[in-house]
Amino acid sequence: MRPLTEEETKTFFEKLSKYIGENIKLLIDRPDGTYCFRLHKDRVYYVMEETMKKAANISRENLVSFGTCFGKFTKSGKFRLHITALDFLAPYAKYKIWVKPSAEQQFLYGHHVMKSGLGRITENTPQYQGVIVYSMSDLPLGFGVAAKSTEDCRRVDPMTVVTFHQADIGEYIRSEDTLT
Amino acid sequence: MADLVESVLQKAAEKESKYKSIEVHKDIDLDIDAGNLLAVDPNPLDAKKLREKRDEYLISLARDNTQLLINRIWELPVERVEGTIVAKLPAPKTILPREKPIPKPKPETKWQQYAKLKGIQNKKKARKVWDDEIKDWRPTWGYQSRVNDELNEWVLEVPANADPYEDQFGKAKKAKTERVAKNELQRMRNIARASKLKVPGVGLTPTDTPSKDHLSKALTLAKKSTASVGKFTDSLPKEKPVKNTGKKRKFEPNVGDMSKEKSAQLDILSKMAKAGPTVNVTKAMKQHMLEEEQQRQKTNSERPKKAKSIKKSIKRKQGKDTKRGGGGKGKRRGRK
Repeated sequence: MRPLTEEETKTFFEKLSKYIGENIKLLIDRPDGTYCFRLHKDRVYYVMEETMKKAANISRENLVSFGTCFGKFTKSGKFRLHITALDFLAPYAKYKIWVKPSAEQQFLYGHHVMKSGLGRITENTPQYQGVIVYSMSDLPLGFGVAAKSTEDCRRVDPMTVVTFHQADIGEYIRSEDTLT
Repeated sequence: MADLVESVLQKAAEKESKYKSIEVHKDIDLDIDAGNLLAVDPNPLDAKKLREKRDEYLISLARDNTQLLINRIWELPVERVEGTIVAKLPAPKTILPREKPIPKPKPETKWQQYAKLKGIQNKKKARKVWDDEIKDWRPTWGYQSRVNDELNEWVLEVPANADPYEDQFGKAKKAKTERVAKNELQRMRNIARASKLKVPGVGLTPTDTPSKDHLSKALTLAKKSTASVGKFTDSLPKEKPVKNTGKKRKFEPNVGDMSKEKSAQLDILSKMAKAGPTVNVTKAMKQHMLEEEQQRQKTNSERPKKAKSIKKSIKRKQGKDTKRGGGGKGKRRGRK
């Protein structure tokens, strides 16, 4: 376990800011305690200071997880967000889309969101913007990337992909053993 | 005369009384190991005497036991060496711990480590081997061995694909010197490793067909091989920074100053925001197209209800636009 280097922090924040913009500040500067990001086995964990100190006593091989895993650094040095980060992304999300109940299951099985399944979308969403996917009852289901901007969404035909799937809460079951 | 005899006898008796008897009685026999000149007294101590006259009692006890030990020594076969009586001690019975620690095994050489790992067993080579050509025994290695035959040959074959003007004798000699040098180097490194010194690297040995990796290593080494350790060496245009130059990565302490960490992260964030949004051409174009479309719609069907909200959004849009410095002339209209 160690703090992120400056370079890693930058990569990580760049990825996070695609979804929550400058709201990252709210994650770092919290009134209810000191929270920090820690790297462990290439994964970034968002953890309270006290918990981190306690977890530091456990040897590296034996430490499975602590705090919330936000994602991992790939071998090529890029950062990949995991679904476990959704709890922190959803409240601060800048761009959201809502999927119809009929398309919910498709998304939860790892498919992209089609125009036909699109319920609502935040105004002025640019193309390739990171978006959080909600169900119509405002339950965060996952996140993805907008394949079409809001304006384009109006024009395209129903079978066009409007949001690329990145992660969904179905992964808690599908990839249970890789999530930490 | 009788007086004289008496006085002599008396003196003898006095002298006798000074010495104690060599006869010592013990309830339990002593455990005597003559080989080590060791006697162990298993009899219990007399507690009363020990308390009253401690020192005297202990001295007398020691004397008696020593007497018994010496008695035993006198039972051993004796001989006279240069006028001194010498007893021949039997082999010691008691096992004593050794004085010095057990010597450590010799440190293994690199080859021995490897051989052990791979399960390679060394066959003992004979010092001499039979040579059919000269019908005689020759040393397996070293002076006059077959290994050195090449050097003693009066003529050498030129390989088919070799340069005919190449000096084959020189080549063989050089190869031999290199082999010897390599061996010597390895020997030194083994010694260095055994004595826990820092083992120096070999650096880069020249090769005929250097790989890309080899070349880049050579380049970094060459850049560093100046009096200023490469401090003032210019790099080539578009030269990539060298990876893995042996610089150790250093990380912040895990449990350090949390507030410092926080401020550093906020700093990075603010820097990122500053570097922030450049003009996204596609985005600007789309926005422009959208506005045109909306304007068309508006001209087609004027709806007084929406006028207010449009005005509001215009204001906000303009604020945003000035910040971003995005290009675009003419009227801009957004839709809420």
